[in-house]
Amino acid sequence: MSKSDNLVQLTVNGNTSRGITRRRAMQWVLAAVAASAVRPARGEDAVVASTQLAPQEGYGSDPLLLKTYKPGDLWPLTLTAPQRTTAIALADVLLPKDEYGPAASELGVVDMLDEWISAPYEVQAADRQPVVSTLEWMETESTKRFAKAFDKLAPEQQYAICDDICFLEAAKPEFRSAADGFRRIRSISAAAYYATPQGWKAIGYVGNVALEKFDGPPEEVLKKLGLTQTVI
Amino acid sequence: MPFIPAGKAKDEYDVVIVGSGAGGGQAAYTLTLAGLKCLMLEAGRSYDPVTETAMFQGHWQAPMRAASTPEKPFGFYDATVDGGWKVPGEPYTSAHTRPEEEFKWWRARMLGGRTNHWGRISLRDGPYDLKPKTRDGLGIDWPISYEDVEPYYTKVEQLIGVHGTNEGLENTPNSPEGVLLPPPKGRAVELLTQKHAKALGVPIISVHRAVLTRHLDFKNLPAKLHPGNPWAQKIVREAMAARSACFWATECGRGCSVGANYQSTTVHLPPALATGNLDIISNAHAREVLIWKNGKAGGVLFIDRLTGRVNRVKGKAVILAAGSCETLRILLNSKSSGNSSGVANSSGLVGKYIMDTTGASMTGQIPALENLPPFNEDGAGSLHMYAPWWLYQEQKAGKLNFARGYHIEFGGSRDMPGAENPVPDELGRGSYGTRFKEDARRYYGSFIDFACRGEMIPNENSYADLDPAVKDRFGIPVLRFHWKWSSHELNQVVHAQKIFANLIEAMGGRVDEKPAEDGYQAIKKPGFIIHEVGGAITGSDPAKSVCNSWNQAWDVKNLFFCDGAPFASNADKNPTLTILALSWRTCDHLIEEARKGNL
Repeated sequence: MSKSDNLVQLTVNGNTSRGITRRRAMQWVLAAVAASAVRPARGEDAVVASTQLAPQEGYGSDPLLLKTYKPGDLWPLTLTAPQRTTAIALADVLLPKDEYGPAASELGVVDMLDEWISAPYEVQAADRQPVVSTLEWMETESTKRFAKAFDKLAPEQQYAICDDICFLEAAKPEFRSAADGFRRIRSISAAAYYATPQGWKAIGYVGNVALEKFDGPPEEVLKKLGLTQTVI
Repeated sequence: MPFIPAGKAKDEYDVVIVGSGAGGGQAAYTLTLAGLKCLMLEAGRSYDPVTETAMFQGHWQAPMRAASTPEKPFGFYDATVDGGWKVPGEPYTSAHTRPEEEFKWWRARMLGGRTNHWGRISLRDGPYDLKPKTRDGLGIDWPISYEDVEPYYTKVEQLIGVHGTNEGLENTPNSPEGVLLPPPKGRAVELLTQKHAKALGVPIISVHRAVLTRHLDFKNLPAKLHPGNPWAQKIVREAMAARSACFWATECGRGCSVGANYQSTTVHLPPALATGNLDIISNAHAREVLIWKNGKAGGVLFIDRLTGRVNRVKGKAVILAAGSCETLRILLNSKSSGNSSGVANSSGLVGKYIMDTTGASMTGQIPALENLPPFNEDGAGSLHMYAPWWLYQEQKAGKLNFARGYHIEFGGSRDMPGAENPVPDELGRGSYGTRFKEDARRYYGSFIDFACRGEMIPNENSYADLDPAVKDRFGIPVLRFHWKWSSHELNQVVHAQKIFANLIEAMGGRVDEKPAEDGYQAIKKPGFIIHEVGGAITGSDPAKSVCNSWNQAWDVKNLFFCDGAPFASNADKNPTLTILALSWRTCDHLIEEARKGNL
């Protein structure tokens, strides 16, 4: 997220990362602005005149911000039970319990993944098909290679499958489609994981606390970067 | 009761103000503290920043970790209500011929308007900015000069609270001694940029933002702002004392429930309401300015968004501060006087010369910033430093292929992780598991975003008129936008991207994409920077402008413009501070004229 004035933080096709996506992000937001349907603000249906209205879908332009939402509260989740089982196992391979923090499954990562791919918004919906196909592919592949469901595999067996699809750029042609879905699942899962207090700890974010004063970066950091504080 | 339903307005007010954002908020403040009875019309719903601001809500409490959607383009917790580049039921159209010239109109339908979420960057226009034609022969001079606005910049800075430093750089005005609040300390990424930019000749200095880095001096400031008016001083003292200093957490875009930054709803409206001289009707969608037979404005016709009913309210004077293009929409639709071209439009120039700020960006990844120990860089909720435009002399000497400048806004990424993958695929190269988590920690805070905000020169091809066919859901004809970039804007953003790449490479970083050679590739669509101004420009000749040097309509002497519509140029400086200063100045004039019986 930029600290610059008016820069938009956006997510694109599951590849929610920085860098090369920014231009695509802008293109997306413009497309979405043009495409999204016109519908009345709440309580105003009575005065809607001739405009053709799409059914209520998303959370609208005036959602309650202070409420706590859970995946499934706003729109139905759509992963099937087997897809979900595979997704939970995969998310824990992607983001395991380790010295940095808990496993993805402890932070509701797959609930968010399900919420994401089930969302009534164009950009998230674009992730749905690749994510679901990849989860199904992993089931088939696990059975084919090891005669077991993915979640029942030994870690080494899970890694063997993941290694074939973890890097789209380097994936063999037969794995490219699964690698695209894998990339999206990793990206959405990481987005979900790091946007939690445990995720903050894992990544090293120590803000969002009220302070009496702001001292700038600590001496240790300035020293490492060869800098001195110029604002006295 | 100051918040009143439609239909409960008094028989007549001294002034009807359309809009409650920067311009409308300042107008209400200035006029009510001078004792005038005002009615404010806000198209959106009422909004209470104290009880509605999601300051400490965590991303995990929001749908999809608060990711951006078309309904919440700046993320779930952005303060904006019923707003964005699309407002349901209130379309606009564009007659563009190329996609890079499709105007996108950002609106907010809420009390306080865009001030609830804006970037708080508060830069003064400089002496060159108001006399651009005199300096380089292009664009349009304002009838006023920097000296006319200067006292109002100072008053506004004292009222809203602006931090920053005085650097004495060219066309980057200092504030008088003691006016600015202390600048926040530089962040690591800002200091690193400053160091390397110096070698490239790019000055990185403390930005001016409307954030209270310490409590406002509520004991002394009110007397400076309202000399000889102890009643106003008392009200302003109480309002200032109620605002807290920044506690160095949370993004300003969520709004600030403790009033540590400027929004109309926390700074202007509380004292204006405390005077007892202000009524506010929300959900009041203004349709037209009513004109009496004598040619004077008599009030405003609006539609109650909740019932669809038409209402008329009367005022001895009318201020339009609806948000530049909304003001144009109202003027062009004001046909009750029988004038088919709308009101205040004898020049035929209403809608002409709309300008946005130019924008282009680039992201870099800086290895030196990898794997730093955790430290808190939240700071004042947005940028602490920026680069003002620095190549005035080169431009004057004809060394650049564009006429006007840009400033650089930039920021690092050691901020609150949102719904965002911290490891781009090209860096992670397939990592997963603990290795991915190591990557996430390694790269966190190592990205830097640069963006230019540049001046657009007004041109004949960038304007708005009424769409002949499309109406909004209330049956009101909507605006149709026309746009052309000139080579000045296109060359300017190309220059900016090259500078960004140079900066990133000087820091030992790598750029996310090569700088564009073609300006159309780099430039953001018009309207994307949300600095659209102009369309009812100020001037000294009634044939060549819509309003005079007081932003008073030439054709209707009791009609005033207090938003960005009168801007005759749009310097790279973000327009809000100038809107505030000019609104105050216009209202002082209105008060004086009213006292003399000239309205």
